Amino acid sequence: MEAGRSAPASIEATFREAYGKAVANLVRVFGDITAAEDAVQDAFVVAADRWPDSGIPPNPAGWIITTARNRAIDRFRREVRGRELLELAMVEPETDSPTPFDDAGVADDELRLIFTCCHPALRLEHQVALTLRLLGGLSVAEVAGAFLVTEAAMTKRLTRAKYKIKAANIPYRVPAAAELPDRLQAVLTALYLIYNAGADRESGAGLRTEAIRLSRELTGLMPDEPEVAGLLALLLLNESRMAARWESGDVVLLRDQDRSLWDQGRIEEGQAIVRSCIRRDQPGPFQLQAAIQAVHSSARSVEATDWSQIVVNYDRLMEIAPTPIVALNRAIAVGELHGAVQGLHALDEIAGSLAGYHLMHASRGAMLRRLGRLEDAAAAYERAADLAEHDADRRLLRRQADEIVESLRSGPRAVDPSS
Amino acid sequence: MGQYLLSTHAATGGAPQGAPTSPEQMQEFMARVIALEAEMDETGTFVFGGALAGIDAATVVQDRAGEALLTDGPYVEAKEHIAGFYIINAADLDEALAWGRKAAAATNHAIEVRPFHATGKVADHMPQAGA
Repeated sequence: MEAGRSAPASIEATFREAYGKAVANLVRVFGDITAAEDAVQDAFVVAADRWPDSGIPPNPAGWIITTARNRAIDRFRREVRGRELLELAMVEPETDSPTPFDDAGVADDELRLIFTCCHPALRLEHQVALTLRLLGGLSVAEVAGAFLVTEAAMTKRLTRAKYKIKAANIPYRVPAAAELPDRLQAVLTALYLIYNAGADRESGAGLRTEAIRLSRELTGLMPDEPEVAGLLALLLLNESRMAARWESGDVVLLRDQDRSLWDQGRIEEGQAIVRSCIRRDQPGPFQLQAAIQAVHSSARSVEATDWSQIVVNYDRLMEIAPTPIVALNRAIAVGELHGAVQGLHALDEIAGSLAGYHLMHASRGAMLRRLGRLEDAAAAYERAADLAEHDADRRLLRRQADEIVESLRSGPRAVDPSS
Repeated sequence: MGQYLLSTHAATGGAPQGAPTSPEQMQEFMARVIALEAEMDETGTFVFGGALAGIDAATVVQDRAGEALLTDGPYVEAKEHIAGFYIINAADLDEALAWGRKAAAATNHAIEVRPFHATGKVADHMPQAGA
């Protein structure tokens, strides 16, 4: 954010909070995303100038919206194109005294914009970029950095997505009840993708924080949708382990994590949401995944984990959202509950559909190792390392393979007594 | 209110994928298409549309310094070509996509939905929904 460069941190944070609300409201007023973004940017410049002396106003988003609206209308009057837009939008400039602000109206606008950004007619990478830029208030450079593309490429991506919204007239509204489940699923998927993009690497904290903030915002906007709560719980529980997930740039697996580093505050909040979801009894994919993570969070070690509870939840997940990834995780849980023979059996059933996925081969490696089939285990880890997309994953997998090869050279085969 | 092109594509030199292969299937197919067009008509959605002859019937015309240069065949050599289309009136993309979905079900084929802007005299003669 250009305006925020010289502003104190609290003003910067306020900008981030207000950005999505202000853009959402002005998109409705102007009927044009770029005009809304420009107006909000203008208002931030004014705020960055005034707020350090006057203090942050009690309703920052309302202040930004009123200022943005008035300044945009001034500017539109000076431009021919703007005059046409003004007539089209039929907005009257407001007087100097800021009008009392309708927070409920702004909340509705924010919800409309979320559904516009995550419209299924837009490809997923465009949905995610738009959501981060328009609702998250990240700069184009920040969004580009998050997805490891150049700023020019991200500018092009955002421009194309905004062109399609305008040219194809993607509606700016909350979908009707009949479409809502599918459309909400698309929104939650985009937010989950944002979080996971930030979980792939140690430096992804900004993306994770933003995904959690937007999910929290969405629970306030749609309190009656249990899947929204389920997503927030899932993100909080995953986030609670982040401090234990990385060690000098390398991924630490759940079983090897120092559980004393887990964030108890986030665990408690996540678990409380999971409990309230269970009371509502309208299970969905995100709620079930959150329930599984809640079981992990309450275990003191891998051995002390209630794996039967986890398998039950994966079984239910397979009923409503059967995907190869869910089947893989279920097979891993079965291996923990019933032993590596049964785990490997469950894994063999799905191996064909996940032949190109590194974690399938890594899981096979782990089970083969437990069964003492060390040559096969090493080969599986090697295959997994070859397929891994991220360096940190590749290093971890290569290390596992090397460890097994080393043990093959140095000693007799040992069978893990637990399997 | 805007207008959209709903188009369907056929493989070069063949019928559209999923096209009817027997007289009975052809009859059912036509019944579905007629029902769709009737529904479009009743709701003020239908503007214009129909089926195109195969690309073997196509000729490309170019103007080369005042001379007409004719080429036998389609403009783009591609695996698939437009086989038929509708121009429809729709309030927004969601409404156009809902019609696209109906057309896909009736024709048993993928439908491309794309905003359409009529120009010049054609624009003056384009009926608007509700008119």
